[in-house]
Amino acid sequence: MAETDDTGGSRREFLFYATGCAGCVATGAAVLPLIDQANPAADTRALSSVTVDVSGVEPGQQITVQWQGKPVFIRRRTAAEIAAARAVPLSDLPDPVAENANLPPDAAATDAHRSLDPAGEWLVMLGVCTHLGCVPLGDEAGDFGGWFCPCHGSHYDTAGRIRRGPATENLHIPVAEFVDATTLRLGTEG
Amino acid sequence: MSYVPRTRAARWLNARLPLPAVIHKTMTAPTPRNLNWMWVWGMVLLFCLLLQVVTGFVLAMHYTPQVDLAFDSVERIMRDVNGGFFLRYLHANGASLFFFAIYLHIGRGIFYGSHKAPREVTWLIGMTMFVLLMTTAFTGYVLPWGQMSYWAATVITGLFAAVPWIGDSLHAWILGGPSVGNATLNRFFVLHFMLPFVAVALSLLHIWSFHSTGNSNPSGVEPRRDEEGFARDTLPFWPYFVIKDLLALAVVLTAFFALTAFAPNLLGHAENYVPANPLVTPDHIQPEWYFLPFYAILRAFTADLWLVQAVSFVTVGQVDATLLGAVAMFGAMAVLLALPWLDRSPIRSGRYRPWFRAVFALLVADFLLLMWCGAQPATPLVAALSLGGTAVWFFIFLIALPLLPRFDRTEPLPSTIEAAE
Repeated sequence: MAETDDTGGSRREFLFYATGCAGCVATGAAVLPLIDQANPAADTRALSSVTVDVSGVEPGQQITVQWQGKPVFIRRRTAAEIAAARAVPLSDLPDPVAENANLPPDAAATDAHRSLDPAGEWLVMLGVCTHLGCVPLGDEAGDFGGWFCPCHGSHYDTAGRIRRGPATENLHIPVAEFVDATTLRLGTEG
Repeated sequence: MSYVPRTRAARWLNARLPLPAVIHKTMTAPTPRNLNWMWVWGMVLLFCLLLQVVTGFVLAMHYTPQVDLAFDSVERIMRDVNGGFFLRYLHANGASLFFFAIYLHIGRGIFYGSHKAPREVTWLIGMTMFVLLMTTAFTGYVLPWGQMSYWAATVITGLFAAVPWIGDSLHAWILGGPSVGNATLNRFFVLHFMLPFVAVALSLLHIWSFHSTGNSNPSGVEPRRDEEGFARDTLPFWPYFVIKDLLALAVVLTAFFALTAFAPNLLGHAENYVPANPLVTPDHIQPEWYFLPFYAILRAFTADLWLVQAVSFVTVGQVDATLLGAVAMFGAMAVLLALPWLDRSPIRSGRYRPWFRAVFALLVADFLLLMWCGAQPATPLVAALSLGGTAVWFFIFLIALPLLPRFDRTEPLPSTIEAAE
């Protein structure tokens, strides 16, 4: 077919758009892996769970372990702390939800929903202030006997719930469970 | 004054690549004769870029971007590398000089209307370089892997986690992991090394664009077009403005070297000489001085404000105080970028706009107030002042400057640059 026979220019137009589409697909195929490489690598993801031996933790003691590069507070609460946390009416809490990754996202912020075991002894939380990510001070710090963030003055109670200050959420509770009586696993296995 | 190569070598090269002609044209560019001392900061900025690239290049030869080694490798530069302490102090204080000069350079542009038609592209390239400089300075500050490095990286990258829906994935993508770690340090090092070369390319475009339109000048009046008038309104860049710029640079560098040599840590924080510890937060997190105004805007929004609660309610909780602070911080830069379309007064120079001068003075005062606020612990008074300062910032850019041309009692413009002197 001579060039002049193609009066509508359809062949040229087809080639033009076909080339354009192929170029877009090729660019997309090249860019996607370049973006995806920045996501957490396999070895980083493999560190998503750790096990912690908590047999040496007595009531009233707290240990801090590192999980996914973040501090995790593991506190074995005293009977007085549990009682204090359970006495707080829900209406006093700025953040009404438990912020517990082991429970549905709308679970209420009762003390039972914050602690790991039914007796309420074990409190496991990310040591990351929900305001700007500082590490709060523990061991009955702050005006509510729990934790206190020195950066901007957020006070958390004995269940790690925000009570006063610029933070808006209770200290987050990571996925955690007891694999046996004295061993705690943080994160999802595998 | 067209270029005629004088040597055989120049003739040979110019016939093949007209680089000598381009350099000649750049150096002899006709420049308004009334440029005042506020026009010297461009040369200072060019020097800063060169200083940072050269000192950074040699520092990178001794630095190790790995979380267990980074802090020690910087201490080795300070103690063992020959002259390493001075190179590092030059690089760290060079960043301060860079920001000092760029704030004055931007301020000059705002006051004399250098951003206005036909120089909007010069302004846009310049503001892009400003954002680039901030990114480069931030990634560079993380590299020594001290406490401030680590916690600055944590707080600032944490802002991206506040983005609705995609926040957590975006956060992990930026960090390369669940928290600031080795992947973050390594990529920040690469970015810190690479971005300055983008800045080199952009600064060439910046110079090209204002050489295409001609420099702005303190009177805001363009040079006359006729040959004689043009010759009376302008002088060649070489030697008049080169010598002037270099004299100013010498004075600035005297102060800079005095600071670097006698008080190298004056502008730094002792806390950053403590190795990064993900389990302990410093009592008081504070960025370098040049980020303080924007940090104050970031912190200004707290959850107890009715504005924050209203926005949160309207967006069904998707926009919280953190996100609002981040939006305000980036917005405070975005209004600067949009300035040529916000300040529509046909009079360029603040010299002939009395009300504009008052607004400009307010802007400078507001900038300094926010800078002071950013350095203070977040007491209720500081929070209130930060919020007020933020409101004034947006009031100036979004309300005062666009409306000002309707009210400003402008004074008559001089007929020519020559008459303005």
